[in-house]
Amino acid sequence: MTTSEVRQKVLDIIADIALDDDVTTIDDGVSLREQLDLDSMDFLDIVMELKKRHKVEVPQEDYPKLATMQSCVEYLSPKFQALA
Amino acid sequence: MSLSPSYDAVVVGAGMSGMAAAIRLAMFDKKVLLIEKHSIPGGLNSFYRRANRNLDVGLHALTNAVPKGTRGAPLTKLLKQLRIPYESLKLAPQTHSLIRFPETTLKFTNDFNEFEDQIKTHFPNSSQGWSDLVCAIKDFNETNLENEYESAKDKVASYIQDEDLREMIFCPLMIYGSAWEHDMDWSQFVIMFKSIYLEGMGRPEGGVRTIIKLLTDKLKELGVELRYCCELQEILTDNGAVTGVRLSDRKLGEIQVQTNQVFSSAGLPETFAKTKLLETPRARAGAMSFTETILFMTKTPKELGQDATLIFHNNRSNYQYQKPDQLVDDQSAVICMPNNYHDGSNEFSEGIARVTFMANNEKWTSLSDDDYKSEKEKVTKKAIELVTSYFDHAPEITYHDTFTPKTVTRYTGHFAGAVYGSPDKSRDGTTPISGLIITGTDQGFLGIVGAMLSGISMANLHGLKGGLL
Repeated sequence: MTTSEVRQKVLDIIADIALDDDVTTIDDGVSLREQLDLDSMDFLDIVMELKKRHKVEVPQEDYPKLATMQSCVEYLSPKFQALA
Repeated sequence: MSLSPSYDAVVVGAGMSGMAAAIRLAMFDKKVLLIEKHSIPGGLNSFYRRANRNLDVGLHALTNAVPKGTRGAPLTKLLKQLRIPYESLKLAPQTHSLIRFPETTLKFTNDFNEFEDQIKTHFPNSSQGWSDLVCAIKDFNETNLENEYESAKDKVASYIQDEDLREMIFCPLMIYGSAWEHDMDWSQFVIMFKSIYLEGMGRPEGGVRTIIKLLTDKLKELGVELRYCCELQEILTDNGAVTGVRLSDRKLGEIQVQTNQVFSSAGLPETFAKTKLLETPRARAGAMSFTETILFMTKTPKELGQDATLIFHNNRSNYQYQKPDQLVDDQSAVICMPNNYHDGSNEFSEGIARVTFMANNEKWTSLSDDDYKSEKEKVTKKAIELVTSYFDHAPEITYHDTFTPKTVTRYTGHFAGAVYGSPDKSRDGTTPISGLIITGTDQGFLGIVGAMLSGISMANLHGLKGGLL
């Protein structure tokens, strides 16, 4: 799976959670929390959706790695690869 | 009873909190059974139809009515957690509300500055105290489940010396959510202050039906099994932990269901009554109940000269939030005028005014059938007189209906017709039985938005093992 495919999968999840936010303008290098109205409950939803949709597990100590879109893709790509 | 189906969770009550809890659990693949005693959803915020007219129960206004995209606001959180787009609420903001006491009338809108100006004009000596109180409220984390109970009356009095102002501030906050008489818990006061004064009020076009439809559509989409006319008989336990529930279902008769988790929105004493616990934490039936008269009129309130959406009417210098000695307290009321939220909408073909009086449950339930009918007529007459006093001329009434504490108990199962639940709460939702969780008003979040957030946060905390709000 390419990194752009991983990015799209994360984006799809965020778009379903932040329903009223525009996710097309996300700056990959900037914290998601700053750009979108996401709180800790929403990050838990992202983690739970990753597991539900893609069987990708994110342990609690790794939550900070989901801070930006870029760090999401870097952190999640190997996990998606391992499943492929 | 040969087959005993098994669920990850059983949610008791398809009101706001129960539906929200079921949605969250099912969203993450839990197998959920949602049961409702009544034949329709909504619980204390429901609806009915009489004489070709739609009547709403509960929901005068949606509190927490912030504009779309307001960061960190409870309504925004709630919509995201339930994955409901803001627009689908079709929320119309209030015009203005009045807190009307004999000496002073305060007006508030969804612009908090207007309320502050009113207070500074009418109570100039309390100006500094008011500002300090607002700061303390803004700084307080009211949803922390560890908060200790504290008297809001005492706390507010430490900021504001003027008793008249204090009584006026408390009036809408108490009647829109306090299970306590005379006072509120400080956390609950802060929840209500933020949700009503700081965030504001609105009404979804279509009223409570609009919200209920959004929730039931979600439940359907997620495959939640929802059974109406299905009543909890007993919560089954083994060694202090939930093992299942016994239900009486109109279609299936007596059935038993296996589960290790029950989320009950039935209320604290009502839930404990379905267990075999010999000793429970204190859980008194709530004292606060109400009558509501719904008046249909040939003209809209605006045409009759009143454009407020809500009037908090109080004919005494102090505000007596308590179970009255009489059937109702006719010196104090809330008047809700839904037409005024939606000027120019074609939702209504008539004018509507709803009048709520504080009521005494025992007095209502002890009446004979004939007396019950005639007392309801008397309350209707009081309601008409009261709204007429806020109009330029008398309305022509085409239809009216009144419900009483007795009606509340009949349809919701809440003891003593209590609308805001027990004065005793389980803030973290836990009970002496492992796997039995309390959601809704007796978990302690208030209002419709609070009820849904309660269902969400209890489902997250106990069902999904996620974080807190």
